[in-house]
Amino acid sequence: MELMDIFELSLLLLLVICGISTCVSKNLMVSLIIFMAYSVIMSIIWALLQAPDLAITEAAVGAGISGVLMFLSLKKIRDIRRKEAEHET
Amino acid sequence: MKHNLRRWLAQWDAGELDFTAKTASPELPQPRAETEWSKEPVRRLERRQAAAFNRIYPVLAAILCTVMIGFLFFTVSELPAFGSSDSPAHNEVTKRYVEQGMAETGAVNTVSGVILDYRAFDTLGESHVLFTATTAVLILLLTAQEEAEPKQQREIMQRDPILRQTAKIVVPLAMLFGIYVIFNGHLGPGGGFAGGSVIGGALILYVVSFGFERLEKLLNLKTFRIIVLCALCFYSLSKCYSFFCGANGLETIFSAGTPGRIFSAGLILPLNIAVGIVVACTMYGFYSLFRRGRI
Repeated sequence: MELMDIFELSLLLLLVICGISTCVSKNLMVSLIIFMAYSVIMSIIWALLQAPDLAITEAAVGAGISGVLMFLSLKKIRDIRRKEAEHET
Repeated sequence: MKHNLRRWLAQWDAGELDFTAKTASPELPQPRAETEWSKEPVRRLERRQAAAFNRIYPVLAAILCTVMIGFLFFTVSELPAFGSSDSPAHNEVTKRYVEQGMAETGAVNTVSGVILDYRAFDTLGESHVLFTATTAVLILLLTAQEEAEPKQQREIMQRDPILRQTAKIVVPLAMLFGIYVIFNGHLGPGGGFAGGSVIGGALILYVVSFGFERLEKLLNLKTFRIIVLCALCFYSLSKCYSFFCGANGLETIFSAGTPGRIFSAGLILPLNIAVGIVVACTMYGFYSLFRRGRI
């Protein structure tokens, strides 16, 4: 039981660290990866809170699909910026 | 000249300027000069305001954030303890769900029973809202022409051996797990949405590593529309039937069955399958539309 408490507390601490560093990091790519890590930690916490439904959904949607979609939009933004830069020069 | 102009403008502002006398005067200001002069203090004002805004903004943002965090922490500290028996959520509704849920809906997983049986009316409305929202987004954003993806980049991605070999192993497993989660929705954790998003993720992984060509024959925009429409119609019609029967106290043809069997729990299994198909297709469809620049 003692070990489990330490595990839970460290997970919660990691959650806070991930949440803050997602906001703070300057590189959007890095903050996206940290956000996906946040989702993975959150899904473990859901499983520990005996909500396996939420754990599965969080792992699939939070860590998988929303991350992929945001990577795609990041790529689009970069393409647009590159086009604008080419247009200006 | 400039002093004259300023005096005139001050007079005009005070309403003392006699237009009829001055219009004939050769010293009347040219319109261009007037606008340039009158714009100058405005721009200075704007600059000063912007500087003040830049100074005040972080302070106000920090204060607002602190206040909001304080409110949230205060609310959380007032909440009943996790799992305590006297929290307001544990009323007779929860008791009924926990005690009678399995017998009344036939679903071992109470969450599925609540979502797709007790609270099916809410879920029906939600799915219609979601359908309307996706349709509206597609109407607004869908463009006809396809953006040509850089061929070189695509080839590099598709020749990547690590990605391909990993995908070969992971995609079938993820698909199987998604199907298991959907079909097991009334017996264990999971359900249509979770399983559908797992399958959607597997489809996206397949497309990333092997290209669109092969999946395109099976699943394009037309089939996507047909699938979503059919699933929503099936959902609405079957639920209308069961609402009608339930309201009038009639026996439905969907019986609750033996709890724990895979073909039990009445409408929950077919509805889970319909929801799963729609979610998987929507995830994959949005990814592919987005990837090819059609949205």
